[in-house]
Amino acid sequence: MKKLSKSTKNSLINYGMVIALYAIVMIIQLCGGLSNSMKGFLVPVCIYVIMAVSLNLVVGILGELSLGHAGFMCIGAYTGAIFSKLTEDTITVAPIRFTIAIIIGAAFAALFGALIGIPVLRLKGDYLAIVTLAFGEIIKNLVNVINFGVDSNGLHFSLKSAMDMGLAEDGKIIIKGAQGISGTPQDSNFTVGIVLVLITLFIVQNLVNSRDGRAIMAIRDNRIAAESVGINITKYKLMVFTISAALAGAAGVLYSHNFSTLTSAGDKFNYNASIMILVYVVLGGIGNIRGSVIAAVILYILPEKLRFLSDYRMLVYAIVLIVVMLFNWSPKAKEFKETVSYKIKAMFAKKEETQA
Amino acid sequence: MNKFAKKLMALGLSAMMTVPFLTACGGGSESGSASNGGDSASASGTVFKIGGIGPVTGGAAVYGLAVKNAAEMAVKEINAAGGINGVQVEFKFEDDVHDAEKSVNAYNTLKDWGMQMLMGTVTSTPCQAVVEETHKDNMFQLTPSGSAVESIKYDNAFRVCFSDPNQGLGSAKYIGENGLASKVAVIYNSSDVYSSGIYEKFSAEAANQPFEIVAAEAFTDDSKTDFTVQLQKAKDAGAELVFLPIYYQEASLILQQAATMEFAPKFFGCDGLDGILNVENFDLNLTKDVMLLTPFAADAQDEKTQKFVSDYKAAYGDVPNQFAADAYDAIYIIKAAAEKAGITPDMSTSDMADAMKKAMTEITYDGLTGAGMVWSADGEPTKAPKAVVIAVEEVTNDDGTKTLTGSYKAM
Repeated sequence: MKKLSKSTKNSLINYGMVIALYAIVMIIQLCGGLSNSMKGFLVPVCIYVIMAVSLNLVVGILGELSLGHAGFMCIGAYTGAIFSKLTEDTITVAPIRFTIAIIIGAAFAALFGALIGIPVLRLKGDYLAIVTLAFGEIIKNLVNVINFGVDSNGLHFSLKSAMDMGLAEDGKIIIKGAQGISGTPQDSNFTVGIVLVLITLFIVQNLVNSRDGRAIMAIRDNRIAAESVGINITKYKLMVFTISAALAGAAGVLYSHNFSTLTSAGDKFNYNASIMILVYVVLGGIGNIRGSVIAAVILYILPEKLRFLSDYRMLVYAIVLIVVMLFNWSPKAKEFKETVSYKIKAMFAKKEETQA
Repeated sequence: MNKFAKKLMALGLSAMMTVPFLTACGGGSESGSASNGGDSASASGTVFKIGGIGPVTGGAAVYGLAVKNAAEMAVKEINAAGGINGVQVEFKFEDDVHDAEKSVNAYNTLKDWGMQMLMGTVTSTPCQAVVEETHKDNMFQLTPSGSAVESIKYDNAFRVCFSDPNQGLGSAKYIGENGLASKVAVIYNSSDVYSSGIYEKFSAEAANQPFEIVAAEAFTDDSKTDFTVQLQKAKDAGAELVFLPIYYQEASLILQQAATMEFAPKFFGCDGLDGILNVENFDLNLTKDVMLLTPFAADAQDEKTQKFVSDYKAAYGDVPNQFAADAYDAIYIIKAAAEKAGITPDMSTSDMADAMKKAMTEITYDGLTGAGMVWSADGEPTKAPKAVVIAVEEVTNDDGTKTLTGSYKAM
């Protein structure tokens, strides 16, 4: 234990935490103690943890504000669901089909991440935030008008309406405009979700602790200095953006296979969703991977647990967010936390002394 | 930092993460014991537990609230009259913010509460997600207003309202058979399942009818304030009738903007237009002679509707819309089917669903939204749509001022 570096130890704690959580949930489930509503939260919690951790990579590690993260999730969700719908009859082994779907969803999201990253990453700060915001909305609105179907003659595509595709009798509509995709096989489960969370943590933490990761953080801390020592800024920025998009895409596939309907209408993939994920990241601590995981878990479950407050639910949720924000970031609260942690440490130090 | 403190921190953090799960388990076991007969009032075997799901916050809250209010009213009436088969009914409504994900969460929460039958969900898209879950659990589901075809694709799900295609079909037939126009324009919301569902069937059926669709203009939820472009196109194409398979908020804007453009075709809508008479700061004269095909009109003269409207007004202070009527009917339909099936609260949810499925196809129900409603095994109701036209009258008040009132007249 002593030989491990601080960062490795931190990463191991994170894996341990996720695995412990999984084990505890599984044990409770076996005992039959898990309520239906909790069962329903398991997969979404994994999805939002992945989203928060991958966004933290851009916001916390690269230091750029991206407001289009839900757009990548949307791409992953749609491509994954399309693949599953197309191959539902040919690949009948669900785990294999789902694995391929996740890879395809992540790949497409990464592709779009890179394509968008090339022009967008020339901007910085507020401008980048605005462009990513716009991009997320473009994705959402594009997906909203696409009609896509398949029949014996091949694939059909229309931007007008499902009827204009001219599908043959045996045709199957896959995306029906704003009505989205329905009837996606429900392959997602908690185990897959946890595995994806672990993979996400593995990728992000190893990247952060690598040579590339240090270069990325150098860009964040002082762009000019980083450039002057020969760090290729565009390359690293693009890399982070692409990886983050790919992970969001994987989360999207998980999402689309958890519920049988998928539409981009409403606020599932718009800027509200992106900002909600940003809230998880900010409240968990920018650049703090573990914080993102914990914040995503708690903040996703909280509004559901507040259902008993009925009409005041969202009001209380908002107040909780403000309180947490103040607790995490106000200087007074920081001072208070430091004194408390110092006192606790002092207490244990005494104990160890007496034990010795 | 010493290693003990580190370990402690890790432990503390993982404990923190499990807190919500553990507390949830506590909650779960509590409700479990309640349904096993622990709690006296809500113990299983003494009440029927009916759950409802719909948006009561957010953009679609209007529909969810109407359903919630009307369903609660119906449950109160049933309980006052002795319940279903002499058993009292408990009703609980959960919010889903018109979101599929939240809707499934709400469904799971209701299941923890001990729900035995589901009256919901209110809106179509969430309904498609929830029907997968009720199908898995084999729970009886009756949606008051989920009108998309896929909303009730399993045998355990039924609906009260017309399906979207049926409304499109009905509208096209009505316009064609009554010779209302030869050139028709359509303005619809392409990002809305309800609106595009109606439009698709309408345009398919139009081919068989003696009229021609000269313009089909779409708008989306993100651009629903300015309709001058769509109206101009309809005007240029020489449309005599504009078909509006949309909700009343947008329709009121369309009527206003058409009036400023001096474009005065006939307007024809579906049940979504119900409510247009209550739009605030809106010149009622514009709605004169607007036709709509709706199963429910709050101004209908029959005794049942009038009683419902006055009770609803007394309880909640506004005029019920078609969603409220659907929900009110839904609760009474559950009652009728439950009495036919002879179910008892101690039956398992799945047995109950099997009995209800069979009973649904056997009952005939006279309600607010249609007389002689019958259901087929696929869950679709058969009832006659009513076409009504809006009449606007000037009424002199007691103090001499004049106000306009609108009402629906049967055609």
